[in-house]
Amino acid sequence: MYNENIFNYLRTEKLPHIWCPGCAHGIIVGSMLRSIEKLKLDKNKIAVLSGIGCSGRTPGYLDMNTLHTTHGRSLTFATGIKMAKPELVVIDVMGDGDAVAIGGNHFIHACRRNIDITAIIFNNNIYGMTGGQYSPTTPQNYFASTSPYGNMEPSFDIVKLAIGAGASFVARADAFHIALLDNVIEKAISHKGFSVVEVMGTCPTQFGRRNKMKEPYQMLDFVAERAVSIKKWEEMSEEERNGKFPIGIFLNENREEYVESYEKNVILKAKRSNV
Amino acid sequence: MSIIELMSGNDAVVKAAIIAGCRFYAGYPITPSSEIAEGMAKELPKVGGKFIQMEDEIGGIGAAIGASLTGVKSMTATSGPGFSLKQEHIGFAIMGEIPIVIVNAMRGGPSTGMPTYPSQGDVMQARWGTHGDHQIIAFVPSSVQETFEFTIKAFNYSEMYRTPVILLTDEIIAHMREKVVINEVEKYKIIDRMKPSEKPEGYKPFDTKHGLVPPLAPYGEGYRFHITGLTHDQTGFPTTNHEIVQKLQQRLQDKILKNFKNFEFYEERMVEDADIIVVAYGSVARSAMRAIKDARKDNIKVGLFRPITLWPFNYKRIKELSKKSKNFLAVEMNMGQIVGEVERAVKGVKTKVEFLGKANGELISPTEIFSKIREVMNV
Repeated sequence: MYNENIFNYLRTEKLPHIWCPGCAHGIIVGSMLRSIEKLKLDKNKIAVLSGIGCSGRTPGYLDMNTLHTTHGRSLTFATGIKMAKPELVVIDVMGDGDAVAIGGNHFIHACRRNIDITAIIFNNNIYGMTGGQYSPTTPQNYFASTSPYGNMEPSFDIVKLAIGAGASFVARADAFHIALLDNVIEKAISHKGFSVVEVMGTCPTQFGRRNKMKEPYQMLDFVAERAVSIKKWEEMSEEERNGKFPIGIFLNENREEYVESYEKNVILKAKRSNV
Repeated sequence: MSIIELMSGNDAVVKAAIIAGCRFYAGYPITPSSEIAEGMAKELPKVGGKFIQMEDEIGGIGAAIGASLTGVKSMTATSGPGFSLKQEHIGFAIMGEIPIVIVNAMRGGPSTGMPTYPSQGDVMQARWGTHGDHQIIAFVPSSVQETFEFTIKAFNYSEMYRTPVILLTDEIIAHMREKVVINEVEKYKIIDRMKPSEKPEGYKPFDTKHGLVPPLAPYGEGYRFHITGLTHDQTGFPTTNHEIVQKLQQRLQDKILKNFKNFEFYEERMVEDADIIVVAYGSVARSAMRAIKDARKDNIKVGLFRPITLWPFNYKRIKELSKKSKNFLAVEMNMGQIVGEVERAVKGVKTKVEFLGKANGELISPTEIFSKIREVMNV
């Protein structure tokens, strides 16, 4: 997996990063960079955005056009960038709180439009930076600083949400199965249209400590043991599926992309018409 | 040759924005500003620009800021409740020093208020709506012609000073149709943001060696830089170093306040010999104009001070006028907002500051203003 060429895409002077020991965010960023390097993308033509939280610090380490936006709203900025300069490859890094809590509305509408943006959701099931409050993806009965008696809220299935909302590429991977993660992110970035990659990550500091998994390896095991391939998932009974999640590519369709469609259907018509 | 058109304030914004070079609009429908979105949806693609109707108001300004970072002049428009929702991103554009224009066609509030009636209730929100210390430029036109001209100026100053500029119209100006004289496009002075002259390697997006306003490179042209809403140093990366943060705060103040003379717009009528000066802006200033003419006929020495640049507020000019006139009368379609600024301006001077205002959706009439002038002057 080691690929020294990824350093060309890093602002190495900004390292070490701020993430806690054992945090999986670095694993996901490493995978992103290997994919970008494999695709030989020009770093001058990549825009990476983020919202707020631990994942929000990602763009700062990347030697690209980077924007650390507001909480949950990064997809709106990304939409403006992509529309105004379609030749840019736009990657939006979000946390679970960003993507499906405060930014849930922006997320579903970006899916619906099928705009060519790659959304990578660093799902660590918790609000890490603010001190371990439960998020819309905290599993039921697990503890968070705002669910001291166990979380009673059902969680979002981000894959189903993205498919239902109209994204044309939807995948889930995790921070343990790295070959799959690399493969999925590479495909997502290459895909023309709105791509969603949910990456099941870890937060030993805020999630692990409250849930008897304070050691990083315990948290990574927690992810690895629950992840099953889509193929295997389909053969499992409801009972066997309990507490687990499928990983792989759920949807990969070629559908008309938003900005191309605007240029074709709106700009051309407007220029021809005298409305 | 110039042409004359009959158009509404909202139409004027569309026409002027395109002339100013705006090529991206993102917004959300809201009365009484929706015609701006409708006009931009129709006109922008004709000139190769792009329009998007976002999922909400926050998304509208977010997309506009994103587009601006690629070097494309961008705007959004809204009204009262939508203006409230946009506040977080107005702050982001201030902190990131990203040019955008925001139009707020003011309607009655608080909350949903009176969507189809005018007010001037958002003037303080334009100043202080987003959290934290900041300066803002806001223009408040009082005719459709002026709306046209100040839309162009809003883009120009936004680009010049790398800052959001707010154009405050109201339901009357937005929907009223008036004669507008439009010159040949070449006659309008159009200002584009300063781009870096140096090579990408040495570029810093907040470099103070260029003075108060650092040049802004567009995304995608080899200048790989970082922008954050966090306090940052000249390179754009986050810092909590108190000394650096204080310098940043000071520069954000200075770049607006020290350049104020470049965009200090106001109109004065008959202030030289005035015993009382009416301070009014936007649509209300039209009633005030009529009232002072009527009062002059009755030999009451009334003048008018009409700020067009509402923020930063022109304390200096009010102070100068307070040495000529013993009374000020602030008239606003709200329960008393700018009157407080007039009071601040005349602090230490014996001039009295009176107030006439209401927030019931009715334009304040010339008769009401004239009566108040009589009451204050005791004639």
